[in-house]
Amino acid sequence: MYPFDYHRCASAEEAKALLAELGDGRLLAGGQSLLPMMKLRFVMTGNVIDLRDCEELRGIDIGSGAVTIGAMTRHVDVASSKELATALPVLAELAGGIGDPLVRAQGTMGGSIANNDPAADYPAACLGLGATILTTAGEIAADDFFLGVFETALAEGELVTGVRYPVPAAAAYMKFRHPASRFALAGVFVARAMDGLRIAVTGAGSQGVFRWHEAEAALTADFAPEALDGAELDTSDLNSDIHADADYRGHLVRVMAARAVRKILAANR
Amino acid sequence: MREFGIGQSLPRTEDLRLVRGTGRYTDDIAPAGSARMYVLRSQHAFARIGGIAIDAALEVPGVLAILTGADATADGLGGFTSMVRRTGPDGQPNFEPPFAVIARDVTRYVGEPVAVIVAETLNAAKDAAELIEVDYEAQPCVADLALADAPGAPLVWEQCPGNLCVLTEVGDKSATDDAFARAAHVAQVDFRISRVAVSTMEPRTAVAEWSEADQRFTLHASIQNPHMSREQLAGVLGLPSHRIRAVALDVGGGFGLKGVPHPELALVMWAARRVGRPVRWTSERSEGFLADCHARDQIVHAELALDEEARFLGLRVRVKANFGAYLSLAGVHCALGNIGGLSGVYVLPAIHGEIRGLFTHTVPIGPYRGAGRPEASMMIERVIDVAARDLGMDPAELRRRNLIPADRMPYDTGFVFTYDSGDFPASQAKVQEISDWNGFERRRAGAWARGRLRGIGMAHVIEIAAGQLDEMGAIEVDTSGAIAVTTGMQNHGQGHETMYRQLIAEFMHVPPDKVSVRDCDTDQIPYGFGTGGSRSAVVAGFLLETLASKVIAKGKQVAAIMLEVEPDQIDYREGAVFAARDSNRSATLAEVARFAHQPMHLPPGFEGGLSHRQMTRLAGPTFPNGCHVCEVEIDPETGHLDFVGYWVSEDVGKAINPMIVKGQVHGGVVQGLGQALGEYIHYDEEGQLATGSFMDYQMPRALDMPAIGIVSSDTPSRNNPLGIKGCGEGGTVGALPAAMNAIADALGPLGITNFDMPATPQRLWRAIRDAGGMPHAMAAE
Amino acid sequence: MPLVNMTVNGRPVAREVEANTLLVLFLRETLRLTGTHVGCDTTQCGACVVHVNGRAVKSCTTLALSCEDAEVVTIEGLSDGEALHPMQAAFREHHGLQCGYCTPGMIMSAVGMVRRLGTDLDRDTIRDELEGNICRCTGYQNIVEAIRAGALAMADRPDA
Repeated sequence: MYPFDYHRCASAEEAKALLAELGDGRLLAGGQSLLPMMKLRFVMTGNVIDLRDCEELRGIDIGSGAVTIGAMTRHVDVASSKELATALPVLAELAGGIGDPLVRAQGTMGGSIANNDPAADYPAACLGLGATILTTAGEIAADDFFLGVFETALAEGELVTGVRYPVPAAAAYMKFRHPASRFALAGVFVARAMDGLRIAVTGAGSQGVFRWHEAEAALTADFAPEALDGAELDTSDLNSDIHADADYRGHLVRVMAARAVRKILAANR
Repeated sequence: MREFGIGQSLPRTEDLRLVRGTGRYTDDIAPAGSARMYVLRSQHAFARIGGIAIDAALEVPGVLAILTGADATADGLGGFTSMVRRTGPDGQPNFEPPFAVIARDVTRYVGEPVAVIVAETLNAAKDAAELIEVDYEAQPCVADLALADAPGAPLVWEQCPGNLCVLTEVGDKSATDDAFARAAHVAQVDFRISRVAVSTMEPRTAVAEWSEADQRFTLHASIQNPHMSREQLAGVLGLPSHRIRAVALDVGGGFGLKGVPHPELALVMWAARRVGRPVRWTSERSEGFLADCHARDQIVHAELALDEEARFLGLRVRVKANFGAYLSLAGVHCALGNIGGLSGVYVLPAIHGEIRGLFTHTVPIGPYRGAGRPEASMMIERVIDVAARDLGMDPAELRRRNLIPADRMPYDTGFVFTYDSGDFPASQAKVQEISDWNGFERRRAGAWARGRLRGIGMAHVIEIAAGQLDEMGAIEVDTSGAIAVTTGMQNHGQGHETMYRQLIAEFMHVPPDKVSVRDCDTDQIPYGFGTGGSRSAVVAGFLLETLASKVIAKGKQVAAIMLEVEPDQIDYREGAVFAARDSNRSATLAEVARFAHQPMHLPPGFEGGLSHRQMTRLAGPTFPNGCHVCEVEIDPETGHLDFVGYWVSEDVGKAINPMIVKGQVHGGVVQGLGQALGEYIHYDEEGQLATGSFMDYQMPRALDMPAIGIVSSDTPSRNNPLGIKGCGEGGTVGALPAAMNAIADALGPLGITNFDMPATPQRLWRAIRDAGGMPHAMAAE
Repeated sequence: MPLVNMTVNGRPVAREVEANTLLVLFLRETLRLTGTHVGCDTTQCGACVVHVNGRAVKSCTTLALSCEDAEVVTIEGLSDGEALHPMQAAFREHHGLQCGYCTPGMIMSAVGMVRRLGTDLDRDTIRDELEGNICRCTGYQNIVEAIRAGALAMADRPDA
């Protein structure tokens, strides 16, 4: 790891001020993405600002029609929340499938979203549920937040403080794991939300998480797995590597989407 | 059964420290004042080095030295040598480039050491490495075995046209040709045995100290064979080997990898002498993928000739084996040394093989659990399944019909091996029973109804164990009657410390807590072959029995003096007591040992002490064997494969500790299944490693692997008095072909006949899709 | 250099460390607690698992400075004196280790598993929960058996 100075702060405002003051700084939430990159010397920064004492950013708030989760809430706490298991079970299930139990004990929702790894799970939930990202500067709709690989709409010095997830009528997330890294090779989030049907895909897109609009239209017309057969999916926008070329990823996206639809139908039956 | 003796599943002694975190692995040693070494590695598979600029790097605070190939030349550093030589294409001994420890003016694989940085901290060394400028002039390379002998392929060594290093034949060509001419049916198969990374959980690591006063190195390293490593390192460093003390404490897995001396061992010693301080080096995981010898990597064509009754007439194989850019200690051995396994457990009258060993611009090939045995087993066991499919026969029946009957033991295969013992039909029957082999078609139909493909595969295992017959050991009894055991074999997970105690309990009636086992240390014992080739239990059984009988005989002489009777009147009895026959006089082992260390009580000329050290040589190797059954299910929609069942019948002869034997089988099987499922090393066209970390190299996880049912089918070996056969490698030898046969069986109904490992989801999905997918008719059946 | 204070295996420690020191290196190199191992560089193998404030985490992916005021327990601090912790004893009893290198992390993960999920763990759950721990020797089967037995034994030892 390259050398850096270490700072700790107890609130988002404090972190924001410190970021502005230092100029060159990286926020450390759970560290489960940042530290692996720093260990391999892929990331160099003069300052690391540790958010571990930001208690105000932890917590799960079940409101009417929406669930708000603090940015520093760890995956394990989302996965094991009894309230969430009733209010928004798909999210608890998704969090319980991130990485491994040891990573989930430290990794945080806000860290995952702000990092926007192209194979991360939370971005699919945000986009699939039409969530609102809460930041120190205001609110950003998920549709406007995820801009590309490791790129978000966060401005310089802006922090994610939480996410507000509208509770859908029904939702399911299915992912197929990369055999080695265990990240998503293809993860598909399907939600029958208040404002319509949403499908978000992670792991497959060359620009990171994306909405599969053609499938949304097809399923809006007919919410059945077979309806997906006719939905177009441009595989030229999908990742290709030795583990999965674009063809295979595209196929997995279809299969995972169909399985998510089946899961929703089975739950409603 | 004797308390603590042979045949009991005693919990392991070494676990008492290992489960507490108080084991002593090499990286746990941090001598005062030690510096750290970091190795800058070639970024190119094949390049000329125009120059290396280190001035800026030397300025980094904490840097103690930066060494390059020019320094190595100045200091006269050599390279490692291969333990075996075969013939080249011209019939002469094959060309052997030394396995260089640091590149001079050319690099021949990505990851080859180019510079060594010694610094106060690892971070400082890495900072310096980033400032070193290497002037590479990249050349076209060849990293893929399939392309290595293609016309116009870049040459790794000018001395080897076509990159062909070894060209050799085994078996009887004309008899085999005759057999094929007579055949009623010939089955054939082409496949690739993928290239894998051994990936011990403890990376390779070493700590070297140079004593100017003693003019001697002390090397603590994570190695399987301190004595052999020392010989090789002495050669590289240009020293007599007694100027090196090599010690292996706890070693976190070896599987053959750590039996191969690697460049960093020599570099860390060289660095320690250069800077005059102890130097530590520990590989990082990604570094290990580049720099650890890889394994397997063969392209095979196999043919089996059968008569009208489906009896085997002959086997013919053509093998291309990758050696990498240099010959490692065991690189040639892995391709050829265990080819005897081709004859399997069958009456197979004629065998012929042609093996071509080729250089490529990749890290050298070394051994990995089995070291050629799983490859040989794949050849015979895969082609049998292909034959069974061709003939519409149950592969179990085809095997049964051709097995060597138990009453023909000992059995000369006519090829390489003569088997001393084994009951293969019984072994197969047992595994068929526990796997419900005959009920499989019902399970297949059930899977199809669920939209899943299902397959079953069988493979017999037979492997040579303890092929290295010689070993040295010592039993030393101190004045309290405590016993110290020393051998040249090294414990890295096999449970030697427990096994030796059980053997001592058996032969000397001494409880485990009075026995200590010394570290494998070249200062403790002058010779050792080390651990490998499934040898330790076989070798130790014979060695310790011999040593114990000598110590007891000596003890009888001493007891006779003590008890004032003739030595032949003394019996050694339960409770470690020397007793005078026909009297009530006796002395304990401790009393006799104490007496033996008091020369004033002994007659003039009588040799005091109660210890014995010697070398022993086994009468012959052993042939552990068994029969494996693997069952898989494949989701045709995603290509995901599940191992849904795995069963083994194993014949390890006499088991010293059945619990440890089962553990060895489990671990071996999973290493084979891991390769079948998803482990593979992939270099791209530029020779860059595409699978260079656990992010891309699929290590088997608990969830990927099945529970394994084991039934023993032991027949004692006739080649050693205890009947032990060994058990280290058989699991892997069987698992690779059993898994690939099961996968072929699952895909067979779709008309897929040539699916190669690894069975990754993408590859399975594509094969299934290209075959038209899983027909609905099948799913509805 | 910044100072870090934490409790390790029940003892308070205060040491100066470089800011970029990972917890695992702080434990191994500074405190010389070498039972915690490093088996990869991509946060996957779990040889480095320790407990921080009661949670099983990867110490290779935790800064030492982030553990200010934390309670850290390593494999060396798991057992109470002479007697093995029930999970350590179960690993020995069931031959859940061979070379022993992954073992400290496995055991610390297993204890964390029991604390989160209870003492009656079925084998599928255990395999699933071992996603973050890689073993090369055992084939996992005896690790699964050891954890199942160790968990049940922990039911009789509420303090464990």
